[in-house]
Amino acid sequence: MKRIYIFKRFERFWHWSQAALIITMGASGFEVHGTYELLGYETAQEVHTTAAWMLICLWLFAIFWHFTTGEWRQYIPTTDKLVAMMRYYMSGIFTNAPHPFKPTQLSKHNPLQRLAYLFVQVIINPTIWVSGLLYLYYAQWGAWGLSWLNLADVAFVHLVAAFMMVMFLIAHIYLATTGHTPTAHIKAMITGYDEEPENSDEE
Amino acid sequence: MRNSKQKRADWLSVMVIGLFFSVLAASASAASDGTKTSSSTADHTRFEELKGPFVDGPAVTKACLKCHTEASKQIHKTKHWNWDVVNPATGRKLGKKNIVNNFCGSVVSNEPRCTSCHIGFGWKDENFDFASQENVDCLVCHDSTAKYRKLPAGAGHPAYQDTEWPPQSGKFIKPIDLAEVAQNVSATNRRNCGMCHFLGGGGNAVKHGDLDVSMINPGPYLDVHMSPEKLNFTCSKCHGGDNHLVQGSRYALEAKDTKGIDIPGRTDGSRASCESCHGMTPHPETANVKLNDHTDTLACPTCHIPEFARGGYATKMWWDWSTAGKLTPEGKPVKINDEKGHQIYNGMKGDFRWGENVMPEYRWFDGTSRYTLFGDEVTGDEVVSINNYGGDPNDPNSRIWPFKIMRGKQPFDKELKTLAVVHTWGPGDESAYWTGYDWDKALEAGMKKAGATYSGKMGFVETEMAWPITHMVAPKEDAVGCDECHSQNSRLKDVPGLYIPGRDRFGWLDTAAWILAALTLLGVLGHGGLRYIMRRRED
Repeated sequence: MKRIYIFKRFERFWHWSQAALIITMGASGFEVHGTYELLGYETAQEVHTTAAWMLICLWLFAIFWHFTTGEWRQYIPTTDKLVAMMRYYMSGIFTNAPHPFKPTQLSKHNPLQRLAYLFVQVIINPTIWVSGLLYLYYAQWGAWGLSWLNLADVAFVHLVAAFMMVMFLIAHIYLATTGHTPTAHIKAMITGYDEEPENSDEE
Repeated sequence: MRNSKQKRADWLSVMVIGLFFSVLAASASAASDGTKTSSSTADHTRFEELKGPFVDGPAVTKACLKCHTEASKQIHKTKHWNWDVVNPATGRKLGKKNIVNNFCGSVVSNEPRCTSCHIGFGWKDENFDFASQENVDCLVCHDSTAKYRKLPAGAGHPAYQDTEWPPQSGKFIKPIDLAEVAQNVSATNRRNCGMCHFLGGGGNAVKHGDLDVSMINPGPYLDVHMSPEKLNFTCSKCHGGDNHLVQGSRYALEAKDTKGIDIPGRTDGSRASCESCHGMTPHPETANVKLNDHTDTLACPTCHIPEFARGGYATKMWWDWSTAGKLTPEGKPVKINDEKGHQIYNGMKGDFRWGENVMPEYRWFDGTSRYTLFGDEVTGDEVVSINNYGGDPNDPNSRIWPFKIMRGKQPFDKELKTLAVVHTWGPGDESAYWTGYDWDKALEAGMKKAGATYSGKMGFVETEMAWPITHMVAPKEDAVGCDECHSQNSRLKDVPGLYIPGRDRFGWLDTAAWILAALTLLGVLGHGGLRYIMRRRED
């Protein structure tokens, strides 16, 4: 077995606390939206708002970390092995074909991951963040010169972004099982070490 | 929330209070039962002028005016005296003298009965002298003995001798000891105001829904401000004003008071809105921070008065005049009570429906009203809104308010196309409906007094009248909870023009997005399943 240290401590902390917060926000957010009833509206709203502030703090740290460490480069899109990855997910994965991508410290994510995470960070997150803060600060719109906004529209945008996050989450959790064993990626995200069979090429 | 035992106890307490004060009448100490709140510098028992005896009410007023020289002149300028108000929204005349409501109808032609709640003496017909100073009734508002009571049909006079009521009942109302009452005057208390405002519409709790005799000594659950166990507010604590001008009229209401907490000299000097004490950000920081974000859209009572008629007395919700007129073989009106003792039919008045602990109806309201007055077109084809409250979701001065909506059917003239003025009361007068039970005669007499000629063709039209709910403010623990509005079965489910999280969905988006999410899940499950099968086959 080859062990490569891929995910640093902060990165792992960021990932898992973000996962917990996003799931909490999804669960409480859809209750606020009236999709189901569990905690009661008021508690759901309080949980949602509290988790939002925690997530915002976490994001601030993560953004700082990404820029100071240069890790932001992990999300620069590339076409290298992009087609190979698609082909792998469509056929190779079923026939035990070798994984076309080997993570290294300099390139942790396969080209599809890079695109997916970039989409989350550049499209979904800012949309959900901005619409959510506007939603929360509805009473200040007048003071901010935003009286032309409409709560229904803001809620609509927020909900669209939330649904995108739900779909991302489903795909993301599933793809986490597509390592050389179903739990390999998940273990790597916990320990930081990616384990690859020694001679995976010949297998 | 209250049983009939408590209800009896309330009535009993009204009577006991009278007894109590006859014992303690001379005592200046403010009693905690809320019917006496004097901090006066004058002990009226010591005034020669008030020794009596007094022959009648005006004689008492003359004595009052010897010291309070301007009092009647002040009263003469009030709504309480004139029953005549100009609607600032339309310039048209409102006030009890001018409107037609869907309870007893109109004052016109029925004065001696209706003016038993006038702040004066002797308004028995259209010839009443509104310039008379001695005809102002000081005692009805300033009695602290709880003994003063106007006669039910005495044009504002109390009983000066044994007076039979109801007529031919063999029961008599005892005369009032006017000197005793005159010597025991004080600032107004809840009972003073309540004897008219709690009993409006023909009896206790009938009219407003949020005002009834339970408010004389409300418990903290019923009214957090007025309860003797809490702040012990009198009505005038909020409705007070200089020169006997009582503030806070329903005819032109401040639906959103943005002037904030009322600091004397800086604002309008009116405390007749919640905001004038609580401001526009009333909830403390320890409460849910989102609560203060609601004050732009919701009036305070929308959350803080969860139900009206919750003092143990039912309020009238429906009055159908069209079924009136059933008499017993002896010629007496038929009367039917339901199992709770509420009258559901009276041959004089028709069918009734009552409601206790009623959830209000919620509507946008900007404080203005446009009345359907006598002479305004009524076709009979649609429900007539008696007072047509203004309000619009896009108007920043409108908020969602709770209302009691009084509904019923009442007479209208089919040819003149107007609500009818009906002559209902007049013992021995065959043209009065409650004497002759003849609609045509009653309409002819009533409308003649109103300056019109009845066409001879009458019908009944369904009407509704909206009463904003502002009293019976519950403790904060009993305020309407978040999910009572932020839910599919929202209290505000019929209120248009705003997005309420939890109430409102984006129909197609919710459906389409969940389908997409389900497809994503199916996709990954399919992919995973295929992986599993293929790997097993290889192994």
